[in-house]
Amino acid sequence: MAQPRPLGVIPLGDSAAYVEFSATLDLEVNSVVQRLALTILKRNVPWVRDVVPALGGLALHFDPDHAEFPAKPLEEALALVVDSLKQAMAAKDNPGSEVELPVCYEPEFAFDLAEVAKKADLSPEEVAKRHEAGEYRVLMMGFAPGHAYMGGLDAKLTVPRRASPRAIVPAGSVAIANEQTVVYPYAISGGWNVIGRTPMVLFDATRTRPSLLWPGDRVRFRAISRAEFLSLQKSS
Amino acid sequence: MSVRVLRPGLLTTVQDHGRHGFQRVGLCPGGAMDPVSLALANALVGNPPEEAALEITVIGPELLFERDTLVAVCGAEFQGSFPHNRPVLAPAGTRFNVGRATRGARAYIAVAGGFAVDPVLGSRSTYLPGRFGGFEGRALKHGDVLALRDGSAAKKFAALKKTREGTVKWSAPPLTLPDREPILVHVIEGQHFASFDSNSQRAFFDTVWRVAPDSNRMGFRLSGPPLGRPQADEILSGPTCLGSVQVPPSGVPIALMADHQTTGGYPRIAEIASADVARLAQLAPGGKVHFAKCSLEIAGELRRDARERLESALRGIAWEYGAKK
Repeated sequence: MAQPRPLGVIPLGDSAAYVEFSATLDLEVNSVVQRLALTILKRNVPWVRDVVPALGGLALHFDPDHAEFPAKPLEEALALVVDSLKQAMAAKDNPGSEVELPVCYEPEFAFDLAEVAKKADLSPEEVAKRHEAGEYRVLMMGFAPGHAYMGGLDAKLTVPRRASPRAIVPAGSVAIANEQTVVYPYAISGGWNVIGRTPMVLFDATRTRPSLLWPGDRVRFRAISRAEFLSLQKSS
Repeated sequence: MSVRVLRPGLLTTVQDHGRHGFQRVGLCPGGAMDPVSLALANALVGNPPEEAALEITVIGPELLFERDTLVAVCGAEFQGSFPHNRPVLAPAGTRFNVGRATRGARAYIAVAGGFAVDPVLGSRSTYLPGRFGGFEGRALKHGDVLALRDGSAAKKFAALKKTREGTVKWSAPPLTLPDREPILVHVIEGQHFASFDSNSQRAFFDTVWRVAPDSNRMGFRLSGPPLGRPQADEILSGPTCLGSVQVPPSGVPIALMADHQTTGGYPRIAEIASADVARLAQLAPGGKVHFAKCSLEIAGELRRDARERLESALRGIAWEYGAKK
């Protein structure tokens, strides 16, 4: 694709900035944002503490007490992005890892599968099959540690969020809404349609790589039986 | 030998300067709500400013020091017979009874050498939503025992220049406490400020907001007139920051605090100047705040001024410990 241009740089207070590339979700733009975020991270700019790729742009979180923190951080942030953009576009390697997540789509775990099937005019089995067949990409992480918003959902499965969120969605719940899928890293309140559950631990602060998923990762789901779910749950 | 919790208080957690570098996987830095008072408390007992201390909230704990402990309390003023903002040598067996906050909402109890809790992802901060970090990933409970990392309390205290009856005659300045309410908090306009209707734009700056009771370390809900946008279109979810002020469809603004979510889909009407976040953190539920608009440049100046005030106070304390000016 053509090299996208930043629409602007928006201060998130005086210690962070959001460099916006698109006000709507564009998967191609997002893929550039992911490359760009990694390129900037690798440059280890001492006054940039965190680079957060988001759906339509990326945030740079500053360390304003650092000796090299620039007098005009917005201008410097934008210059850093523009300069890294060329490098990111030239990079041949695909950013992110390939991750396979086992999912049990059995009714016991798939609270909203029947409802989604009804809305999509498909059988529950067909919904699970289409969800499993998708190739997904982590577009952004947020809401909770390890919680990834993934794009690439079958258009037939586009359903809105539930009218009222559940007070507690169990950890590992695989859910869909609009054009995305997510996996709840731990029991938390949430409004997405739950269609299965993974036995994998999405976020564990005691691991060296605490999160199973990272921005830009390519994700596939693999349907597993209840028995396999239970045995994997024991070992993870 | 260690510190025993006789009464935990309302919300007492181990906090340091937070864990940075994981916002891209959805983990906020967290850490002390008022890092300025944390740094002062640490300096008073001879610790590095970012060492972990106990963050106490509105109702303080009762602690039993099972060995000689050099301790300091900084931040909000709490009822109790101990002096604030000073190093205090508490002999073994001291019951350290902290009552209610009388001014401000949060204070830090630092002990010389720090608490012996393991760092998780580079920080000893308790992250309550994820149940990790600090002491077993949770707020302290009755009967908890926290080990101290070293036993040099008396030696450290002896290094202080002028001491009397287990404390000193001077005190560190409170840098984040409100002298009156409403407190004035500076903000710059948020990305979506212009999408709010003109009444809401005015109301945001004209209102004396109150911190709602359902506020916590993740965010402060602000009671006042509901804010609205003429075109209530959904915005694309994007990154947030400590001090972002979001407005969900209910119209009730939420100021994002230490344990905030790292992304959000609600419009952001304002971003709080980082120098003023620690001051906002000193409001208890019911506390009053008024917002004033400033430029990004002014926000930067406020931050540098606040930094300079803190550093000057830290230098003053270090001098009492024998450091050269």
